[in-house]
Amino acid sequence: MWKLLQIELFKIYKRPRTYIAFGAVMAIVAVVQVALRYDGKSYIDFMMSGLSDTFEFQNDKVLNGYLVCFIILNTLLIHVPLLVTLIAADEVAGEANMGTLRLLMTKPVSRTQLILVKFAASVIYVILLLMWMAVLALLISILIFGTNDMVVLRNDSFHQMQANDVVWRYVMAFGYATVAMSTVAALSLLLSVFADNAVGPIVATISIVIVLTILSEMNIPLYDKTVKPYLFTSHMVAWKGFFYVKSTEEGETIKGSIENLPAIGRSFLILVIYICLFVGSAVVCFKKKDILS
Amino acid sequence: MASIVSVSHLSKHFRDLKAVDDLSFTVNEGDIYGFLGQNGAGKSTTIRILLTLIEPTAGDIEIMGMNLKNHRKEILQNVGAIIEKPDFYKYLTAQENLSLFAKISGVKVPSHKIKEQLELVGLIDRAGSKVKTFSQGMKQRLGIAVALIHDPKLIILDEPMNGLDPQGIADIRNLILQLSKSMGKTVIVSSHLLNEIELIANRVLIIDKGKKVEEGAAAELFDPANTLVELLVADVETTWNSLQQTSWKDNLYAKEGTTILLRMHRNDIPMLFKTLSSTDIPIYSLSPRHSLEDYFLNITTQNRHVETFAN
Repeated sequence: MWKLLQIELFKIYKRPRTYIAFGAVMAIVAVVQVALRYDGKSYIDFMMSGLSDTFEFQNDKVLNGYLVCFIILNTLLIHVPLLVTLIAADEVAGEANMGTLRLLMTKPVSRTQLILVKFAASVIYVILLLMWMAVLALLISILIFGTNDMVVLRNDSFHQMQANDVVWRYVMAFGYATVAMSTVAALSLLLSVFADNAVGPIVATISIVIVLTILSEMNIPLYDKTVKPYLFTSHMVAWKGFFYVKSTEEGETIKGSIENLPAIGRSFLILVIYICLFVGSAVVCFKKKDILS
Repeated sequence: MASIVSVSHLSKHFRDLKAVDDLSFTVNEGDIYGFLGQNGAGKSTTIRILLTLIEPTAGDIEIMGMNLKNHRKEILQNVGAIIEKPDFYKYLTAQENLSLFAKISGVKVPSHKIKEQLELVGLIDRAGSKVKTFSQGMKQRLGIAVALIHDPKLIILDEPMNGLDPQGIADIRNLILQLSKSMGKTVIVSSHLLNEIELIANRVLIIDKGKKVEEGAAAELFDPANTLVELLVADVETTWNSLQQTSWKDNLYAKEGTTILLRMHRNDIPMLFKTLSSTDIPIYSLSPRHSLEDYFLNITTQNRHVETFAN
């Protein structure tokens, strides 16, 4: 199994397509950082406009590396599923299209093993991509903008964290994002089993994610309790919960606190269930599949 | 000789289509087993079932004395295969592809062995080139190297001569003969190039519409005493009448357009040529029709023609 995983990772490492995602992440992060570096004040003014009558913010302190990373994460986690899909959807369908799947399956490798290994390789890819994102979005932003207390807006309120109470939250957020993106990878892998060309599963995965994200974001009372809680896209953004903190009765932020940890835990569990469901279905379907390509 | 592949009552249905229909055959150790059939006859489906790419609808398969369903991994460790035109990871080099498939086959192959294998198939000079720069013939040769890298007992080649130039075909033919004679491998080879099968196979299976039509020793099926010779002439009637006056009159078989067919032993062809040269009968060409082609067309298309006319 380990040897097979090494082979899968070697293939991903050697494939030119792999580096598109890393390049795209770098480009988007750079664009946001440059914009905020030169016109960050306007952005902060706009962001805080709803609260400026009640609170007084020092914009130069609010705009720091931690906040910039939060802004980038908000933007990128919408687009990262597309980048993850480029690799995960190619895992089986790409091999079928290339003609290597039939050669691979004439070797003494079990179909279950192959799917599990392909999923594991996709997860490792997701981890590396998010680590790359963390380095660019967090470390580089800290180098450019420095550090200070972090302010996160939430509807018409805000959460403030001390500078020394932020890094661990990012570690948790990136960890959670790995699980969220792995859910997308698992869905892509499942759809990939049915296709002989990666384009279909890529388009199908992105369409599903977009439609479900729209449903998750829509404020329709009928869907709030009947549909939304069961959509995996509703739980993919739960990483933000690590930046929502508890306060004392006097309004003081409690250091090291998380406002609703059980909700994050529940979302995490739902995503894990979805991953098991998608990967399990991929194994079952792939075991029954006649390889005709 | 002990059987290495034993297939009994194999069937595969794709909805209403019976791709393989109650097929049984046996391949003995050391055989070069030719697998013949027209396009859509069920050859590739059968081969894919043997390689566990397709699940059969019914039937039993034993390879090396083990049931394929229950001992898939052990069996595939001893099987090397090419299915139709082999494809590889285009972004990897020949050496990387070969090394990768060796690892997947479960064997640890040192790099000098990888190079030896590339040398065997004539690709050593391109070991470091990416496969995307390879011609079809080179991919075919790399396919052979992949099939052999883990030293399998049984080699299954589905249309290995597809897309090759005459030199490439001759190379593959010689390699198959070498695998069997020098290395003692058992080879199952399917091809639509009937004359190629005739040149290499010692046993042959002919299938049509998924059913077995004939199985047996190649020497019996391709009897050289019954070679059909085609004579392309300017005037069929005159030539036919002239030949009636000679010792070849008993060999005259049929007239087809501007062609006269004679049935004779293959060894007698030079004598016929000599006879015709000594007369003033205008002859455009004289060529033997491959006995297998004759035999094959005879047994696989006869029914089809009847059906076509009946409709």
